[in-house]
Amino acid sequence: MSNQNRTFSGGRIDRNKPINFMFNGQKYQGFEGDTLASALLANDVHLVGRSFKYHRPRGILTAGSEEPNALIQLGIGARTEPNIRATEIEIYEGLEAASQNCWPSVNFDIGGANNILSRLFPAGFYYKTFKWPPSLWLFYEHFIRKAAGLGESPKAKNPDRYEQRFHYCDVMVVGGGISGLSAALAAARAKCDVLLVDENSYFGGYLSNSEASVNGKKIDDWIRIVCEELESYEHVKLLNRTSAMGYYDYNYVTALEKVTNHHQELSKTLPRERYWRIRAKKIILAQGAFERPLVFADNDRPGIMMASAGMKYLCRYGVLPGKSAVLFTNNDHAYLSAFEFVDKGAKVTIIDSRNEASDRVKNRCKELKIKIYFSHSVISTFGQKKINALEIQKTEDKGNKLVGAVKKIDTDLLLMSGGWNPAVQLFSQSRGKLKYNKKINSFIPDIAIQDQRIVGCNNGDFDLSYNLENSFQSGLKVAKELGKDINFENSNFNGKEHIPFVSAQVEPYMIGKKGVTKGSKHFVDFQNDVTAADIFLAQREGYISVEHTKRYTTTGMGTDQGKTSNVNALSLMSHIHKKPVDEIGHTTFRPPFSPQTIGAIAGRSVDSLFDPIRKTSMHKWHEENGAIFEDVGQWKRPYYYPKKGEDIHKAVNRECKSVRKSLGILDASTLGKIDLQGPDTAKFLNMIYTNAWSKLEVGSCRYGLMCNEHGMIFDDGVTSRLGENHYHMTTTTGGAARVMSWLEEFLQTEWLDMQVFCTSVTEQWSVLSISGPNARNFLSELTDIDLSKESFPFMRFREGKVCGIDARVFRISFTGELAFEINIPARYGSYVWNEFMTHGKKYNITPYGTEAMHVLRAEKGFIIVGQDTDGSVTPFDLNMEWIVSKKKEDFLGKRSFSRSDTSRNDRKKLVGLLVNDKTTVLPEGSHIVEKSKSQPPMKMLGHVSSSYFSPTNGHPIALALLKNGASRMGDEVEIPLMNGKVIKATVTDPIFYDKEGLRNNE
Amino acid sequence: MFVIKCPYCGERDQTEFVCHGEAHIARPKVPSEISDEEWGSYLFFRSNPKGIHYERWTHDHGCRRWFNVVRDTVSDKIIKTYRMGQSKPEIENE
Repeated sequence: MSNQNRTFSGGRIDRNKPINFMFNGQKYQGFEGDTLASALLANDVHLVGRSFKYHRPRGILTAGSEEPNALIQLGIGARTEPNIRATEIEIYEGLEAASQNCWPSVNFDIGGANNILSRLFPAGFYYKTFKWPPSLWLFYEHFIRKAAGLGESPKAKNPDRYEQRFHYCDVMVVGGGISGLSAALAAARAKCDVLLVDENSYFGGYLSNSEASVNGKKIDDWIRIVCEELESYEHVKLLNRTSAMGYYDYNYVTALEKVTNHHQELSKTLPRERYWRIRAKKIILAQGAFERPLVFADNDRPGIMMASAGMKYLCRYGVLPGKSAVLFTNNDHAYLSAFEFVDKGAKVTIIDSRNEASDRVKNRCKELKIKIYFSHSVISTFGQKKINALEIQKTEDKGNKLVGAVKKIDTDLLLMSGGWNPAVQLFSQSRGKLKYNKKINSFIPDIAIQDQRIVGCNNGDFDLSYNLENSFQSGLKVAKELGKDINFENSNFNGKEHIPFVSAQVEPYMIGKKGVTKGSKHFVDFQNDVTAADIFLAQREGYISVEHTKRYTTTGMGTDQGKTSNVNALSLMSHIHKKPVDEIGHTTFRPPFSPQTIGAIAGRSVDSLFDPIRKTSMHKWHEENGAIFEDVGQWKRPYYYPKKGEDIHKAVNRECKSVRKSLGILDASTLGKIDLQGPDTAKFLNMIYTNAWSKLEVGSCRYGLMCNEHGMIFDDGVTSRLGENHYHMTTTTGGAARVMSWLEEFLQTEWLDMQVFCTSVTEQWSVLSISGPNARNFLSELTDIDLSKESFPFMRFREGKVCGIDARVFRISFTGELAFEINIPARYGSYVWNEFMTHGKKYNITPYGTEAMHVLRAEKGFIIVGQDTDGSVTPFDLNMEWIVSKKKEDFLGKRSFSRSDTSRNDRKKLVGLLVNDKTTVLPEGSHIVEKSKSQPPMKMLGHVSSSYFSPTNGHPIALALLKNGASRMGDEVEIPLMNGKVIKATVTDPIFYDKEGLRNNE
Repeated sequence: MFVIKCPYCGERDQTEFVCHGEAHIARPKVPSEISDEEWGSYLFFRSNPKGIHYERWTHDHGCRRWFNVVRDTVSDKIIKTYRMGQSKPEIENE
């Protein structure tokens, strides 16, 4: 039988549009408009999951985003999503869903043994049991995670698309219930740009499922008319299925819109979810309230649900979840649910913890022949997979004492209501202060920090007419504050409800407080299986601060973040400590309001769009010629160019040898380039670099080191004087942006009178670095510049044509060979590169990548900033005294060279290392010790910073930073490797080739 | 996330800016003449007030200009922004 719990008429579902779906492998049918929860209840499926810790059978507790129990694994394969609330899933044809945390099935779950053994699992069980020894935690964790768990994340890559949008508006209204609608309407009429979001698929909120009316109109008609008016304004945007998730400073709100989650097919055009980043001048919070459960023995069986949820299933979905129901309440408002159930043919008995109710509800009960037990409590419930009976008993002394005979009542549904908690999550996130309101026994907003207003039930106000009017006035007030020209007017909305929302008399729930009945559990937090006994235990063991109780018991720490449990936990603590709840305090609410997908936060910033990729003008040639690329920052640089059958070592050896023997070419376009102009540039460079720049002539180049104020090297490069007041600075590839910011900082904050302009020209120039004994012969065939040794010596700069293109040629060398760096306007880079490759054939021109470049420079003992330095290395540590001016009175970093730590003489110094076995290439980063031992600690002397096989020398070489390096020349040191081997090496000078530097002066 | 008024561009989202810590710490005019202690104080020591804090920001993803911000570290309210070189405004804690 299908849809056996469906009423014949009523509800906001379309009975002509059946929808088939699968749950736990079984086929079911629901109707368009159903949620998974309502469709399951229509088919009399109450048992939907197992609880987190004790694996107890659990049903559907609520009908909204606060659901702690009915967490579902939705979908299969790569699109599967864990922990989705069945109460929020709109069903679609072919939907597949399954219960979580149960094995082999939800009906027979082996983990259910935890329930029988539950006395072994009190609060803090894991902390107490798995504390020692610390090293075994990883071992325990594996099994704990497996046993206590939620759903499973997908194993494959998610094929869905997610996107993000920014939105700016005058007024954002969070929550589209009647208060939110009324506020939005006023702001919209006052011509504010309004954004209204609601997490549901529909607007109207809680009352849209009720028999309330406004100005004599049915509430649904009023909602429809208001929505139509709002939609008619161009300056108003309504977003349904959109949850405001985070509320940050300056009215910045993030919201998650579920765009196609409820569609059957993967959309080709629409994203699955859209993440909104909203900045609103004014925010009106109208999020309503969540109904509070009651805490009593075994209050978690399937078939026990919130009174308002029962009513929503009945009125919105046409589902009668039980025919012989019991209502357990401490307030008048919940009686409405009883009346609706009786109206639809159910039998209802009411258990009221109070000794009295209003005449209004009592009279109605008399008319409907509903039996009320005042001053009674539910003391136990029965039924394994669904409730089938319960016991009640009379109470005295404000519920502190049970008296009289126990009465058993057969039932198939228990509705409960402990009053209402305003949804203060977003308000609290925005740093608003809360206060405890004794009238409703819950927290309400007090002092707002952001530019916001709170209206309706969200503010602890539960009167319909008041909320309609007050919200409308709030909308007008924010419009006025925004400078809109408005005439204050009344909304003239008069609401009518059968039963006022919350009656004056609401007692604290206080059921689980006295003599926590043995053998049963009084659940406070349904999702994390926290019972009243756990809260008691935490207080006994000294975890009496609210933050400690939370963490020790894990109450409020589930994916629902305690939406149904927090206030009950605090009330219980208040009872135990005999202190008002205000003094107990509350924990902090943090984003997100509801669980949200990582996909939505990532948006389109995934895969190739995750980070920009920067390519040089010659990139295509590199690709076509088999280059293997290396990421250097965002740049793609050729790493090496393997020929057929070559591995990296063979390719790099070949590339290095070609450079030393004839001619190599490197794409050096990624080097940072900064154009400096202005009369004070030389003066500025004197402050920025450690060496002197005043005497650098036009047409000359100079290498420089930059230090920070701590005296530590942070970048290096060659700067050339192009004209009287015109310089061209190069930086490391990775440091370009950092150096640019560094220059700007000092020009803008310290030396405001210096006239210097800095412009980044990194991408304006392609740089072809040619290197090798044949560099001059080769280039002279393609340029009009006189390249002779006499007219174009080392460290000089010339301008002229190269391959017919205007070029800047710098005679500088990073390989130690005769070399030229040819700068070509980037748009001609590819052309000139191709010309070079064609004309260079007779010199066996060999493109080389970054690895060969590293090897060649290491053979020469040239450092790489960031590899041979790490932010704690001074020029002196690198034996580069020659580049630190002694004459200059001041430059950045100079004063720190005389600090005690910087000037001590046992610092680590750059040295060379030669392994004694002549074969081992030391791993970079290896530690160097004087004498290795079988296990740490060993006296460490430093580390290997660069290490390669040197093709030129025919053996490995390494650079290292070694304590007292200069005085250890010729010493033997040891390098213990990860594999247990110990390599012996001899300390040498860090220059392994052409020590006199003759080759680059050729 | 803040909205910051760049003195050159106007109000922009915080994502366009970078904070560089405490403002009005001038580089010593002649570093060689000051003691190690004074130099150390310039390098390493910063106030960490509860309340009014003067700090340097750049409009990195905008005009790239440096400027000063007065922020209340308790409420995160930005009280004032002003250009480099302008004198430090005296602002009392609320």
